[in-house]
Amino acid sequence: MEITSATQLLQLCSERDFDLAQAVAEYEAFRANTTCDAVRESMRDTLGVMRASVESGREDQGERAHLIKGYGRIYSSAKDQGHTLGGSLFQHAILYALSVAQYNAGLGRIVACPTAGACGVVPGALLAVADELQSSEEELIDALLVMGGVGIVSAAQGPISGAEGGCQSECGVASAMAAGAIVHLMGGSPQQVFDAASLALQSHLGLVCDPLASLVEVPCVTRNATSATTAIVAANMALAGIPGVIPYDETVVAMRKIGKAMPESLRETSQGGLAATPTGLRLYGEMREKYRL
Amino acid sequence: MARIGLFDIVGPIMVGPSSSHTAGAVRLGLAARRILGAHIQRAKIALHGSFAATYWGHRTDVALIAGLLGMGMDDERIPQALDLAKKAGLDYSFESRDLGDVHPNSVWMQVEGSQDQIALAGASVGGGRIQIFELNGFEVEVDGTYTVLMTRHRDEPGVIAEVTKVLAVHGINIAFLDVSRKTRGSEALLLAETDDPIPEIVVQHVQRVPGVMVVRTLPSF
Repeated sequence: MEITSATQLLQLCSERDFDLAQAVAEYEAFRANTTCDAVRESMRDTLGVMRASVESGREDQGERAHLIKGYGRIYSSAKDQGHTLGGSLFQHAILYALSVAQYNAGLGRIVACPTAGACGVVPGALLAVADELQSSEEELIDALLVMGGVGIVSAAQGPISGAEGGCQSECGVASAMAAGAIVHLMGGSPQQVFDAASLALQSHLGLVCDPLASLVEVPCVTRNATSATTAIVAANMALAGIPGVIPYDETVVAMRKIGKAMPESLRETSQGGLAATPTGLRLYGEMREKYRL
Repeated sequence: MARIGLFDIVGPIMVGPSSSHTAGAVRLGLAARRILGAHIQRAKIALHGSFAATYWGHRTDVALIAGLLGMGMDDERIPQALDLAKKAGLDYSFESRDLGDVHPNSVWMQVEGSQDQIALAGASVGGGRIQIFELNGFEVEVDGTYTVLMTRHRDEPGVIAEVTKVLAVHGINIAFLDVSRKTRGSEALLLAETDDPIPEIVVQHVQRVPGVMVVRTLPSF
C-alpha cells in the first residue's frame, strides 16, 4: 500500500471503499506493521500533547524566548477585554496558534506538524473548529488522520523544511493539512479536502523563510496564527464548492519548484528578507555579542 | 523511496524550538550517553558551523547536555538541563571549532565516565534525525535506525569471526557490518547493525572473546 500523491490516496479510497481517515490509518498500520487501533491510539496521544501545548502556551510568560514574550497571554487578555475583532472561531484559532508557537520558542513540548516552526498552525485551526462544532475525540482523531494524509502526500512530492523550500513548505503545508482536516470534520468530500488543501497552499506560495537572528520567533510565531486562519478561510471556500482549480499534487510540485528558485538567503539562513533589515541585523548583532562562544 | 511515516509528519513530539538544532541535539547527546554506557562525569563539546553560530537561539547547548544526562527529545526537563547537570555532577565545557568538510549542524564530544572515555562526532541532519560519523577517531555511520553492537578490539585474525558467531548463535541477524582500524595490529572497531535487539547475555559472551577490549550496545532510537 502506497500513498505518494493525493490522486493515489483518493484512488485508494474509491477502490477499497475507505473514507480518507480510514485509508490513512490502514496505510500507517501496514507501513509500521501494527493495527489501525494502535495508530488511532498514537494519534490520541498526539492530540493530548497538542491540547496540553495550547494550555501551557497560553500561560507561558516567554522567559526562555529571546525576542517575543507571552504572545498567547497578551492575545488572550486583549480578546477577553474586547479589544480584538472576530467571532469565537477566529479568536480561538489566533489564540491557540500563537500559544503553541510561543511555547515552542520557549522550549515547550509540542508536536512538530509538519515542523516545529509551524507547530501552532494545525492545533490553532483544528482545535478552534472542534470547539465550535463540539466534535468528539474520535471525530478529531479522524480529522487528524486526514491531516496526516495531506502531510504525507505533501512530503512525498515536495520539501518540508524552510531550509529547502522556504516558509511555504512549513507554514504553507501546515495550513493545507489543517484546511483538509477541517473539511473532513465538517463532513466534506475527499475531493473537497484536497480543494481546501490546495487553496490554503496556494495562498502561501512564494513565502520565504527569513527569521530574525536565526531564531524561530519573528516572524514565525505570528505567522502560525495567520496560517491557521488561512486554513479556515480555505476550508470554507472548498466547503462552499469553490474548487482548487490546480489539483493539490500540482500545487505541491509548484511549491517545490518555487522553493528551488528561491535564493539561499531566503531559505532559513537569516541572510536576507526580514533578517537582513537594519532592525533584524541589529538584533542579530546583540544576540551574537551576548552569547559569543 | 521508503514509505513516509504518519508520525514523521505529525510529529515528532519534542521540546522546541527546532527539530534540527534542539531535538536532534538531544538525540546526539543521548547517543553519546548510550555509547559510553555510563553516567557522564566530564564532557568537552565543540560546536561546528550552524551549531556554533546559532546554538544560543535554539538552545543547542542545553539540548546536548540534556541528552548527555539521558533525556529523550520530548523530556520536559530539557529546559533545566544545565542546572540538572550541576546537580548530577556533570562538568562540561563548550567551544566553537571548525570540524572540516562536514554537515553544518555538527558537534564533536569527548565524554568521560568513571571507567572509560569516548570521543565522537555527529550531525543533526533534519527533522530530529541524526548521524554519528566519527567514533574514537574511526569513521562510522550510525543513525539509530538499527540496534548497534560495537566492539573495540585488537586487530588480529579471528576476532570478528568470533564476535559474529556469538550473534549467530543467539539468532541475531546482522543488517550491516562495518570494520575499521587505524594501523595493522593496533586497535580496531567493529560496528554491527542488527535487525534484533541485543540482550545482555550476548554482550557478556562477546566480552569474553579473546582480543575484545570493550563492548557496547546502542539501541535503535
